[in-house]
Amino acid sequence: MQELIERAKALLADGTVSRVLGWRATDTPFGPEPAFFESGEELNEFVYNCFCGANLSKYLIESSALEGKTLAFLKPCDTYSFNQLCKEHRIDRGKTYIIGVGCKGKITVERLHELGIKGILDVEDAGDTLTVKTLYGEKSCPYSDAMLERCHACKGKEHRVADEVIGESADTTDTDRFAKVTELEQMTSKERYAFFQAELSKCIRCNACRNVCPVCNCRKCVFDGNAFDSVQKANATEFEEKMFHIIRAFHVAGRCTDCGECSRVCPQGIPLHLLNRKLIKDMDAFYGEYQAGEDTSTVSPLTAYTEHDIEPEAGKGGNE
Amino acid sequence: MTQRLSREELPRLYAAIAQVADLFLPVKRAGKTNFALWNTQTEVDLDTLKTAKSPKDLFFPQCEPLYTCDWREGNLTVTAQALAERDFVVFGVRGCDLRGLDVLDRVFLSDPVDSFYAARREHGTVIAFACREPEESCFCRTFGVDCAEPGGDVTVWLTDGTLYWRANTPKGQALTDRLDLLGKTDDADEQRLAAEQTAAREIIDRLPYANLFLDGWNGDATEARFASPLWEKLYRPCLACGACTFACPTCQCYDIRDYDTGNGVQRFRCWDSCMYSDFTMMAHGNNRTSQMQRFRQRFMHKLVYFPANNDGMYSCVGCGRCVEQCPSGLNIVKVIKAFEKEAKK
Amino acid sequence: MSIDDRDFRPVIAAFCCNWCSYAGADLAGSSRMKYPAEVKIIRVPCSCRVNPMFILRTFEKGADGVILCGCHPGDCHYSTGNYYTRRRMASLISLMEFVGLERGRVRVEWVSAAEGAKFAETMNEFVEHIRALGKNTRLEDLRCKN
Repeated sequence: MQELIERAKALLADGTVSRVLGWRATDTPFGPEPAFFESGEELNEFVYNCFCGANLSKYLIESSALEGKTLAFLKPCDTYSFNQLCKEHRIDRGKTYIIGVGCKGKITVERLHELGIKGILDVEDAGDTLTVKTLYGEKSCPYSDAMLERCHACKGKEHRVADEVIGESADTTDTDRFAKVTELEQMTSKERYAFFQAELSKCIRCNACRNVCPVCNCRKCVFDGNAFDSVQKANATEFEEKMFHIIRAFHVAGRCTDCGECSRVCPQGIPLHLLNRKLIKDMDAFYGEYQAGEDTSTVSPLTAYTEHDIEPEAGKGGNE
Repeated sequence: MTQRLSREELPRLYAAIAQVADLFLPVKRAGKTNFALWNTQTEVDLDTLKTAKSPKDLFFPQCEPLYTCDWREGNLTVTAQALAERDFVVFGVRGCDLRGLDVLDRVFLSDPVDSFYAARREHGTVIAFACREPEESCFCRTFGVDCAEPGGDVTVWLTDGTLYWRANTPKGQALTDRLDLLGKTDDADEQRLAAEQTAAREIIDRLPYANLFLDGWNGDATEARFASPLWEKLYRPCLACGACTFACPTCQCYDIRDYDTGNGVQRFRCWDSCMYSDFTMMAHGNNRTSQMQRFRQRFMHKLVYFPANNDGMYSCVGCGRCVEQCPSGLNIVKVIKAFEKEAKK
Repeated sequence: MSIDDRDFRPVIAAFCCNWCSYAGADLAGSSRMKYPAEVKIIRVPCSCRVNPMFILRTFEKGADGVILCGCHPGDCHYSTGNYYTRRRMASLISLMEFVGLERGRVRVEWVSAAEGAKFAETMNEFVEHIRALGKNTRLEDLRCKN
C-alpha cells in the first residue's frame, strides 16, 4: 500500500496528474470509501486492502470533465469497466493515468455476518485466513469464505489496460460463473418463477444496483422520467420489480462486463448478476464468445448482426 | 409484571397471537430477514439483530393507494382507500426502530393528522425486542435509546432458553390478557433478566461507535453547518441511490403519483428519497440541483432541521442500517465524525 | 375444465411492422381469411421500433400474449432494422423465460405483405397456444385487473 501512496504522491508532485482516485480509510477498518485526493497530505488517508471492492471506473466519467489528468487505481476487473466506458466515449482515456493494482479477491463484512460473525471490531488479513476481532471474542475463517461472489467467478487477474501495474494478484476463481445460471435453466419454468419471485420481491427500488453500475450511465434513466406512467420509486406491485430488473439487465446487455457491483451493493442481497450472466451466456452461445470491456474496439453483439443469425425462438431460457 | 415462556414454546406463542390479530415478525426469505406476516410455514428469524428493511413499512408502507377513480360505461366512480381496520401485532421491534416510530408520530400525528398512518398506529400493537448482542454498526445510545429496555406496548427479552414478557401499556396488557400460555416469573428470573440487561449495556460501552457525540448538532446550527465546506468533500463517493433512505426507520418523505389502470387512475403515494434528482421537483424545476446539496439535505434534516421543529428530537435513531447498506461506505456516523474532527482542528 | 377456462378469451397484442406484416394482415382481411378477434394489432414503423419495454408494458396492461411481426430478414424497408430485432428478441425472450415466464407467451414471426395466409395461420395458432397456457399471471399488474 505504501508503494501506491508514494507513486501517487510522485505523480501528483511532478504534475503528471491533477488528482488521484482511490479509496480512503474511514472510521472502521472495513469501510473504505471511494475518494478523490488532490494533495500529498490527503493521500496519507489512502488505503488499499481486502475491503476495497468498489469499482472506481464510474467515477472517471465525472473526472473526465475536469481539468488535468486523473490517476485511478484499478483492480483487474475494474479495467474491463474502464475499457467499456472508453469504448462508449464516456471516459476520455487521454485524461486518465491508470495504475493497475494487484487483487487477491475482495471480501465484505456482510459475508462475515452471514457466517455468523457478529460485533466485528477489526479484521486482520493473514493470507489464507482472516482473523476477526469481535465483541464476542476472536473468530477466524478462511479468506475465500468471506469473498464476494464475483471473486469466486473471477475473469482473471490480468489488467486489460494500465499505464503501470503495482502489486501481486492471486487467482481466486473456483467456480464456473455460469453454474448457477445452468442450474436455474434446468429447473422447470414454474420453479424458476418461484425462485425469482422470492428474490425480486425483496427489491426496495433503491436503485443502488443501477447507480453503482458502471455502464448504467445514461444522463437520464428511463426509470427517472416524469412522463413515464410507471412508478419509478416504489415497488407498487410485483410487476414493477420484475419490469425494472428485466429492463435494466437488458439495457446493459452486451455492455455488462460482469463486474458484479449490482449484487455487491444490493441491500436485500438479490443475486442480480444472474440476469446479466444469463444474457452473457446466451449471447456467447448465439453469436460467439464476447467479453465486454476486454478491449475498446470489438463490437457488442447487440449492435451487430449477420444475415444468418439464429431465430428468436422459444425454449432458450430454460426447461419448460 | 414480567411473565415468562420457554423458548421452545415460541411457535405456540405466535399461533396464539395470530388468533387475536395479524402477526408480523422478522421472517427470513431468500436469505434476508424482513418483517412479514406470520403463518405456520414462515421461517421466523430472531437471531438477526436488524431486519434489512425497518418495520416502518408496516405503519407507513413503501407504496399505498390513496384513492381510485374508475371510468366505466360513462360513469366515473371515485373510491377512497379504506383505512386499516384490522388489529395487528408487530413482534420483534428493536429499541432503535421503536424510536423511529416516535419520530414518524411527530410527523404524521401532528396537525394535519395523516389518517392512514393514524389508523395503523391505532390498530397496531408493538412488541419491542430487547437487544442482547448489539453489533458494530449500532450507535443507538448516542440518541438516548436503551436497547436493553426498549419500551413499546410490550417488551420481550430472549435469553438462551426463556422469553420474558412485560406489558407496558393498556394496549399491551389487553393483548397479554388474551394469551394464556405465559407463566409467572420468580426472583431468580428477575435476577437473570437484570443480569442480561447489564451485559447488553456493557457491550454498548464497547462498541466502535460508543463515543459518538452530537456536539454542535442542534436546531440552532443551521447557518454554520449548512455553509460548511466539508460537505463538498463528504458527498463525493455518494452514488445518489436511495438505499440509506429506504432502509432508514425515520425517513418519511413521500411522493404522490397517478397510475393508469387502463380504466381509470389509481392515486398512490410511495416513499421518495432526497438522494434522487427529481425529489421535490416542481414546475419551475428543482430546488436542489447538485448531489452535494441533496446529500447535505439528508443529514441537515436529520440532525438540524428536524430537531429545530421538534423540541430537539433528532430524526436519526442510531440503528446503523445506513452504515451496513451504503454501497459506497457513506453514512451519518462519518458525517458526524467529520464535523467533530473539523471542530477540534 | 371450469366454466371460467372455457370462457377464457385471451388478450393478444400483435406488433406489426408497417411495411410487411401490417400489409399482410390487410391481405388476410381482404382475402376474407379468418383469425381471432382476440388479436389486437399495434402498427409500428419497423419491428425494430419495438422497445423491450413495450412488450413488458403490454403484459402489465393486461395482455396474455404478445407477438411481434416484421419483414423477413433481408427485406426490411430500412435495410437492417429487423436484423437488430432478431438479435434483441432472441435475448429478451430467453431472459423472460429465464425469470419464469411460460414458454411461448412472447413470439416473433416474420410475415411479408404477400403472406396473408401465413398471418391468419400464425394468429390462429398463437391464440390457441395462449388459450392453452391460460391467463398471464406471472407478469401482471394487479392494479390493472379490476
